[in-house]
Amino acid sequence: MSTTVSSSRPGNPQPGNAGKDAAAATVSAKPVGWKTPVFLAAFALISLVFFGLLAPNQTASFGISTGSDFFQLPAIQVNAFAGGLMLSILLLGLAAYAIYLKTRDKPVPGWLTVAFIVLFVVAFLIWVVGGARTPSISLAGLIAGSVTLAVPLVFGSLSGVLCERVGVVNIAIEGQLLGGAFTAAIVASMTQNPFIGLLAAAVAGAAVSMVLALFSIKYLVNQIIVGVVLNVLVSGVTGFLFSTVMQANKAQFNSPPGLDIIEIPVLSSIPVIGPILFRQSLVGYLMYIAVLVVWVGLFKTRWGLRVRAVGEHPQAADTLGINVNATRFWNVTLGGAVAGIGGSFFTLVAIDSFTKEISGGRGFIALAALIFGRWNPIGAFFAALLFGFADNLQSIVTIIGTPVPSQFMAMLPYLVTVLAVAGLVGKSRGPAASGIPYVKG
Amino acid sequence: MVRVLKLELRGITKRFGTLLANDHIDVVVEPGQIHCLLGENGAGKSTLMNVLYGLYEPSEGEILVDGKPVSFRGPGDAMEAGIGMVHQHFMLVPVFTVAENVALGAEPTKAAGFLNLDETRRRIKEISDQYGFDVDPDALVEDLPVGVQQRVEIIKALVRDAQVLILDEPTAVLTPQETDELLDIMRQLKSGGTSIVFISHKLREVKAVSDTITVIRRGKVVGTAEPAASTTELASMMVGRAVSLTLDKAPAQPKEKTFEVRNLTVIAPNGQHVVDGLSFDIARGEILAVAGVQGNGQTELTEAILGLQERVHGSILLDGQELLGRSVKEVLNAGVGFVPEDRSVDGLIGTFSIAENLILDRYDQAPFARGISMSPARVLENAKSRIEEFDVRTPSGALAAGTLSGGNQQKVVMARELSRPLRLFIASQPTRGVDVGSIEFLHKRIVAERDQGTPVMIISTELDEVMELADRIAVLYKGKLVGVVPAGTSRDVLGLMMAGIPPEEHVHTTQAAEAADTTTSTSDAEGGDHV
Repeated sequence: MSTTVSSSRPGNPQPGNAGKDAAAATVSAKPVGWKTPVFLAAFALISLVFFGLLAPNQTASFGISTGSDFFQLPAIQVNAFAGGLMLSILLLGLAAYAIYLKTRDKPVPGWLTVAFIVLFVVAFLIWVVGGARTPSISLAGLIAGSVTLAVPLVFGSLSGVLCERVGVVNIAIEGQLLGGAFTAAIVASMTQNPFIGLLAAAVAGAAVSMVLALFSIKYLVNQIIVGVVLNVLVSGVTGFLFSTVMQANKAQFNSPPGLDIIEIPVLSSIPVIGPILFRQSLVGYLMYIAVLVVWVGLFKTRWGLRVRAVGEHPQAADTLGINVNATRFWNVTLGGAVAGIGGSFFTLVAIDSFTKEISGGRGFIALAALIFGRWNPIGAFFAALLFGFADNLQSIVTIIGTPVPSQFMAMLPYLVTVLAVAGLVGKSRGPAASGIPYVKG
Repeated sequence: MVRVLKLELRGITKRFGTLLANDHIDVVVEPGQIHCLLGENGAGKSTLMNVLYGLYEPSEGEILVDGKPVSFRGPGDAMEAGIGMVHQHFMLVPVFTVAENVALGAEPTKAAGFLNLDETRRRIKEISDQYGFDVDPDALVEDLPVGVQQRVEIIKALVRDAQVLILDEPTAVLTPQETDELLDIMRQLKSGGTSIVFISHKLREVKAVSDTITVIRRGKVVGTAEPAASTTELASMMVGRAVSLTLDKAPAQPKEKTFEVRNLTVIAPNGQHVVDGLSFDIARGEILAVAGVQGNGQTELTEAILGLQERVHGSILLDGQELLGRSVKEVLNAGVGFVPEDRSVDGLIGTFSIAENLILDRYDQAPFARGISMSPARVLENAKSRIEEFDVRTPSGALAAGTLSGGNQQKVVMARELSRPLRLFIASQPTRGVDVGSIEFLHKRIVAERDQGTPVMIISTELDEVMELADRIAVLYKGKLVGVVPAGTSRDVLGLMMAGIPPEEHVHTTQAAEAADTTTSTSDAEGGDHV
């Protein structure tokens, strides 16, 4: 009796709850797409046919120790046919599970896709090596080389993270890398000091970024256009100075002293991990530090909370007393400095002189890594590693002589990029206000 | 330590170029009061509050806190002075948790700038418990219903020790039930010592909670009123002329039933039946109002009729012809007029001129077009007569539709849809976000269309509107039809139907309730003047 009384009052709980139920229902109504399960199934089948059924009956050998390690591990020997078949069956299992989840209207979890990619790459590797003329590669060398190739990508995508998280799209990563590489070369040559070169690279990257920040934030010019124009501008200016100044006097302007590889005693001799973590140049160590610092900064500090708020909902940040445009300006500048350091890797570590277009489009791959890594520094790091891996695999595999034409192998990094950006790993959602200038009021 | 804060605005003037948004406005907010700023959309209420909150700098005038003049250079200063604001469009980051949103801008930190969200969680819990908010600090804001998001906004202000809380049109986004809950929260906050500046144009709510009412019209204070003043009195102060709040309409004279919906089911992409086996009909010369809490299938129902939904089963017959499976254009050509629920997204193209918006559905037909050529002169001519007929307040039909106020935008949409002979007229939320003066006008036009013999379907979440316009009322709950009842059905019965309880069952529950009412409950007395 008393319940009927209370339920007839205005503002009674029942209709209120009804409203909440309805809202909850619409929230859970996010459609679960067929894209991921279909992709996975297709790749599992490719793996079954090529890496499994059509694999050569040869043993592939993967070395995991290098000569300088303090203990030697035996190389892993896998029969290409058996290994490929087994992995393909696992892949099919994962794909089937994804389809099963889809029929139940459940999303495919992230770990499943990651596991799928890892297994697929392993299957691919076994197939490629197993079919080669000399079916043996050094796994340790492959991974260490991937990290090396990934260094500028990681810095580039960190720059992207820093910019996009405050709501500015940074297409100019390529220009920042190139500007950093050029400045590092010329300054290090003139001062004969690689550390000053490194510093100058950061300043150069920041300077490129400041132009981007000024035009996109203060003058509200379309960010994509400013970015593209900056890339062309930096390429033109460095190219011009290279052919007029550097070529004319190579000794004075284009022979920078390199940054040496610093081996940390003992630790660098640990098999596999040693060369990756403890046998790096200063720039390589800075990369690890930068990834961690940016991640901790973004997600654990006051600075990061404000940065993310500015990139997601600038007006909300403004009403809480945060200066949106200043935050954007300094973050974009910082991003440029980070990319500049990445650029110095080309001229101070990888090669000991500057050449035209030395960055070779890696700024754009870094952009892909940023999206693939879901605007997260750690995600971007691993995405960049994957691209570095594809890049390195391509050159190693060409050396050991595979049946696959080298042109196809050369496509690998870009194929991976396209698949990644197409959203294979779930739907990636960038900062909501990315690319949108903020005008008060 | 309870600070009590007296807030005074003296001669506040704000100009945007030549536009005078606020003209020497004086308002005094006494401590511990609910002070209502009543005025139509575009009267300058929000501008005034943005000045007070430091978002705009006043062109003239001063703000006094406890008798001392202050100047706010930004919202940070205003918050420092004890002023908090809940904006009409929430200022919450959707992908942040409640705690992150609350902490933002005034983050408790440990050493080296590291966030201390535990401290924020504790404060949220404290406030949540005090006012019975039931807010989970770790929930993502985008997953929360609108009503709860609003509470997060209130918590945000309270965490910053706001002594004066500005609520800018807080009920615009709420269902009737959520509105009543909010009014209760406001009373609680007041008894806790917080003063509230309540900005609204909804008379029922204003009368229910205010201590003092300041009426603003065209940027000026036109007077103050007591909450005891009658709604007609308040409405005429607000609009500046006598308005009739009750619609004069002749009883419906329904003729033959020309619109029929049979077993209509709409399936959402996730497989949910968002409209579930609906059957109803509408006669010529009759208004059927579809009531229900937002999100119970109303949107999908109208979209299905118009041909915008993909997975639809059943049958929709207009004049004996099947509409289902036809393209939107074919449906419109069959004589269906449609006013969508969100005019700025689906009803208008903001960057197009008013004249162009007025012919969006007939741009390719005579007299506006011949072959591939259009006649801009005829488009403008048409605009001129429509603007006059529908009293759209604009200097020219060539202006962008986006520059109009909400009420005038709605008049443009309505003018477009009603300016051709119709066989069925559907209006979804016809007066949402529209000022009182325009509501009266729009309602009259809807009734006029009915009297011309068109079957009319109104979808509204505002119970007042439903009760005012309807000849019959259909109530939706979770995509199902709870029942169709005649006009004049009581508010309580409709409220229960909106919660999914069919009318047969509560004929006797309400009787029981009425019997109990005589002995209990003062809240029903307040409920009485809701009608």
